[in-house]
Amino acid sequence: MSNRVVNILVPVISVILGLLVGAIVMLVSGYDPIAGYSALWNGIFGDTYAIGETIRQITPYLLAGLSVAFAFRTGLFNIGVEGQLLVGWFAAAYVGIAFDLPMYIHLPFAIIAAALAGAAWAFIPGLLKAKLQVHEVIVTIMMNYIALHTTNALIKIVSDGGDNTGTINASASLKSAFFESITDYSRLHYGIFIALAMVLLMWFILDKTTTGYELKAVGFNKHASEYAGMNVNKNIILSMVISGAFAGLAGAMEALGTFQYANVKGGFTGIGFDGIAVALLGANTPLGVIFGAVLFGSLKYGALNMPNEAGIPVEIVSIVIAIIIFFVACGYVIRYFLEKATKKKEAK
Amino acid sequence: MTKRKFGLGLSLVLAAGTILGACGTKDDDASTSTDSKGSGSEGTTEAVDFSLAMVTDVGGVDDKSFNQSAWEGIEAFGKENGLTKGDGGYDYLQSTSDADYITNLNNLVRRDFDIVYGIGFLMEEPIKTIAEQQPDAQLAIIDSIVDAPNVASVMFKEQEGSFLAGVAAALMSESKKIGFVGGMEIPVIERFEAGFLEGVKAVDPSIKVDVQYTGKFDDAALGKTTANRMYSSGVDIIFHAAGGTGNGVFAEAKERKTKDANANVWVIGVDSDQYAEGAVGDTNVTLTSMLKKVGTAVQNIAKETMDGKFPGGTTVTYGLAEEGVGLADSRGAIPQEILDQIDEYSKKIASGEITVPETVE
Repeated sequence: MSNRVVNILVPVISVILGLLVGAIVMLVSGYDPIAGYSALWNGIFGDTYAIGETIRQITPYLLAGLSVAFAFRTGLFNIGVEGQLLVGWFAAAYVGIAFDLPMYIHLPFAIIAAALAGAAWAFIPGLLKAKLQVHEVIVTIMMNYIALHTTNALIKIVSDGGDNTGTINASASLKSAFFESITDYSRLHYGIFIALAMVLLMWFILDKTTTGYELKAVGFNKHASEYAGMNVNKNIILSMVISGAFAGLAGAMEALGTFQYANVKGGFTGIGFDGIAVALLGANTPLGVIFGAVLFGSLKYGALNMPNEAGIPVEIVSIVIAIIIFFVACGYVIRYFLEKATKKKEAK
Repeated sequence: MTKRKFGLGLSLVLAAGTILGACGTKDDDASTSTDSKGSGSEGTTEAVDFSLAMVTDVGGVDDKSFNQSAWEGIEAFGKENGLTKGDGGYDYLQSTSDADYITNLNNLVRRDFDIVYGIGFLMEEPIKTIAEQQPDAQLAIIDSIVDAPNVASVMFKEQEGSFLAGVAAALMSESKKIGFVGGMEIPVIERFEAGFLEGVKAVDPSIKVDVQYTGKFDDAALGKTTANRMYSSGVDIIFHAAGGTGNGVFAEAKERKTKDANANVWVIGVDSDQYAEGAVGDTNVTLTSMLKKVGTAVQNIAKETMDGKFPGGTTVTYGLAEEGVGLADSRGAIPQEILDQIDEYSKKIASGEITVPETVE
């Protein structure tokens, strides 16, 4: 089998296997898998509203995935996307409420504020890693908790003891009347264009600039890069800052697009953690992240329709979705078997 | 060998293709099957032509507390009126994150339920949005006020019920140290705290109340460590208003009771009668529970709506006088003379002689 065929077959087979095993789980627990999957399908593509909401769900996943993937290319494991997203969320919402400016200044201002907040949040672990060799995984995890409770406290201060900042000014909103009209009031917003632009930006930085080359070189081999005369510490910090900026933008999508406010949270949103899976599914490439985000976002959103239309409990739905993603992530195993089969054929 | 493997692979693809194919054409299939289900339920017994549904907050429908009591109210109403679960009857959807509220509410409105409830104050903004977008939908929200003509708001005077819980705790405490474990620090939970503190103070101002907020409604482990710290510091009664986190308070109390049958540890439950939560062998650590009859409120609104009197745009408040809050049967844990004292306070509050503050002074 040619490489090309294998490359196409692997994801197809893994999705099919995931669906089959998911179907077995539904059958065993006494639910109709066909009704379940058709509900999933309708939940994703059923009508314009569903499609709009699915894209809405994909938007922050794209950016969270980019964030994790970018740091990964420099050999850094950014688990702090969740925290960077939360500070970005708050920063965007705060700018959206506190200022009253014309749209063409206000909106970019709010978006940049979110990116800067996320970048600043990621700068700390980057700095500690570069200067003191503190492992970024530990620092970023802890920064998540600090972000959660700090933003909660800030929201309380901003809202005078309330739990919600209130709705942002229309001039900072990514809301789209046009999208609303064609998708039957879904929350689809212009943020998807920003997310896609960032995919391009990441590709450009990594593949077309010297900085990107250096970042990747540090990821491949720190010592060799240093020997070649690159400033490893600078690149580590830069990578974390850019990664954090992507995560902050994911927060801006929630603040300026989906929710239009920031509220006190009892726990993490989960988007940052799912971002890790999105990036890894996409092999840390910009194009791969699109694939991962589309898969994650669609399944996550479509799954909401399974209890709604097919009456399958949320718990079973979570298992089925996890199984599908599990099999997709296992693509390597399938590739292995396919290659083995090919080799045997050749041996004959 | 390879051929067989390849054949297996092919048949797999074929099988999956069939399933996927079914997905594609399923669209109209699904709608017809649900239609037939709907007409079937209408045909049986003297079922009324009324349907209702609710969206839970992230606590889930089996949180043994707030969401669960709302769902039990809906179930009871459904059974009373010969409805079945599903389209045209009664149903619920669970939310797993904040972003799901709008989708879930929208899904239910689109399925033409006559009334859709948002359970919990977290649903405030989503209900507002849906109320604007779907002016024909009839919505209701518990624990928050949404000012829209098609939304009925339900509020509870948690402070009044909590006052009684405070009285009970103060009269029953031997160590004169009482604990309060709250979930998120939000107005609703602060009403619990304010009422509870006031009730304790009314009996004995010298009693110390240890107030702790966990910041979460769904973290039983956190509730357990908080309770552990409180009991270890000499607290003997803990009142929790923390949903699923409060299950950890029960777990800690039960653990202590199991180790030492004479341990003087008690829990006051919240929202539903949580007696079953506190069972340790033959004994029980549940002193009583502060009932918040969300189920009753849900049923009342459903009845009114069914009679064509949907209370949209209004706020109904349930206090002691309306029997919307109160204490659960203590099943012997509280002696009669103390119950009588609690009853006296209850009457005074219901008649307006005592007003319980909503916020902590």
